[in-house]
Amino acid sequence: MSEFKMPSLGADMDAGTLAAWHKGVGDRVQRGELMADVETDKGVIAVEAFESGLIERLLVNVGDRVPVGSVLAIIHADGPATASQPLQADTVASATPDSVAAIPTAASEPQHAPAAITDRVPMSPSARRLARELGVDPHTVHGTGTGGAVTRDDIERAAASERQRVPAVPAAAVAPPATAPAGARMNANAQLRMRQTIAAAMSKSKREIPHYYLSTTIDMHAATSWLAEHNETRPMADRLLYGVLLIKAVARALHTVPELNATWNGQQVILNPKIHVGVAISLRQGGLLAPAIHDADQKNLDQLMQAFRDLVQRTRTGGLRAAELSDPTITVTSLGENGVESVFGVIYPPQVAIVGFGKIVQRPWSIDGGIFSRPVITATLSGDHRVSDGHRGGLFLSTVEKLLQEPGQL
Amino acid sequence: MTESELRQTIVTLLCDIAPEIDPAQILPDVSFREQLDIDSMDFQNLMIALNKRTGVDVPERDYPKMTTLNGAVSYLLPRLPPT
Repeated sequence: MSEFKMPSLGADMDAGTLAAWHKGVGDRVQRGELMADVETDKGVIAVEAFESGLIERLLVNVGDRVPVGSVLAIIHADGPATASQPLQADTVASATPDSVAAIPTAASEPQHAPAAITDRVPMSPSARRLARELGVDPHTVHGTGTGGAVTRDDIERAAASERQRVPAVPAAAVAPPATAPAGARMNANAQLRMRQTIAAAMSKSKREIPHYYLSTTIDMHAATSWLAEHNETRPMADRLLYGVLLIKAVARALHTVPELNATWNGQQVILNPKIHVGVAISLRQGGLLAPAIHDADQKNLDQLMQAFRDLVQRTRTGGLRAAELSDPTITVTSLGENGVESVFGVIYPPQVAIVGFGKIVQRPWSIDGGIFSRPVITATLSGDHRVSDGHRGGLFLSTVEKLLQEPGQL
Repeated sequence: MTESELRQTIVTLLCDIAPEIDPAQILPDVSFREQLDIDSMDFQNLMIALNKRTGVDVPERDYPKMTTLNGAVSYLLPRLPPT
């Protein structure tokens, strides 16, 4: 028997509303198949099953809002893992790093029935504020204070435990409320929630992560020439955007400097075995999300373009999956289309780096003693100084530059 | 397809891509990007949708001619396949 829980889609998410069940009692579900839609401050997110089996019970009704970690359904799992002992999130995480179950929750013990979100946990306002800042659900913390009250120390321990649980903890992605139907304008409450979510994630980042910043200017002549030639021969639907070259170059450069694709657990660097590039996608109504292109280093440019197009569409119209929001291991952002020449991003915890690209502009460029007009782009790196140093960050940017000089090899 | 039908087609496809657009507010000589916050991915999707609807293949080097409503109509109209 295993438990299907309300996932955490960011350190700042403490609860979610069940928007829809895709399965009913008695249905079979395959690992990776959609189980439910969950409405969060990040919008309506499709959540996949982390295990195959038969659905025994649904514990939460559509419309119910429950804390992260609450058990939503009981699945009678296939195979040997059918012990009555509930599946621990960290066990699942090590076995199936790509599954939604890998998303750590603050739950130290599984909850068999979801607590109503209105249940107030005894704690001081200060501890409650800290819990909110650290993304800890107080309902899941064992209180050691008077009468079982949850103290600040309890919250800090829970937060530390969460950070150590899994390397690939979810990004505290900035979160627009995509809960509205596609194209609908956000209402005031949704706007407010979005700002609060962004504020929490960015405050946490700047409070905890000692950023360092590097930038370099990259000659894009080879890349843009190759792209123009490539697209000239392709049907319209198969043409590439130059952003795809940038994403692939970043993904491949991480093989050279893997510590930028990592997390910091408070004691040491934990490298992520996979490269899931989060791409910052703005919404016209305001706000942005940075969902992941999974295994970006393994995809060829056509596959990457297809994944990118699909991700942009689903980010703007709904249909993102939980793993796409929780899995990014590094983020790439570009404000070039807004005319910005350089952007120094704020790292999304628990990631340890964000790469920025500006607008491609024509600039005088010296080659072999001559001055030429070349298309150039400013690439930046914001790095976590606990995890990497400027020397390694510089190596990363120079690797990106080299890769972009041979776009046909990307 | 008449000019009026082509114009309506472009507006409809734009609204499919960016549903929050108010068709009545589209200024025909101002770039889509400037007035509608259309980015390169949206623009490419618009080009693909127009290609499917009209059958006109627009080379990438001609994309700058397609960035406004009037520009797109002027470019596509003489290239529409005979019906």
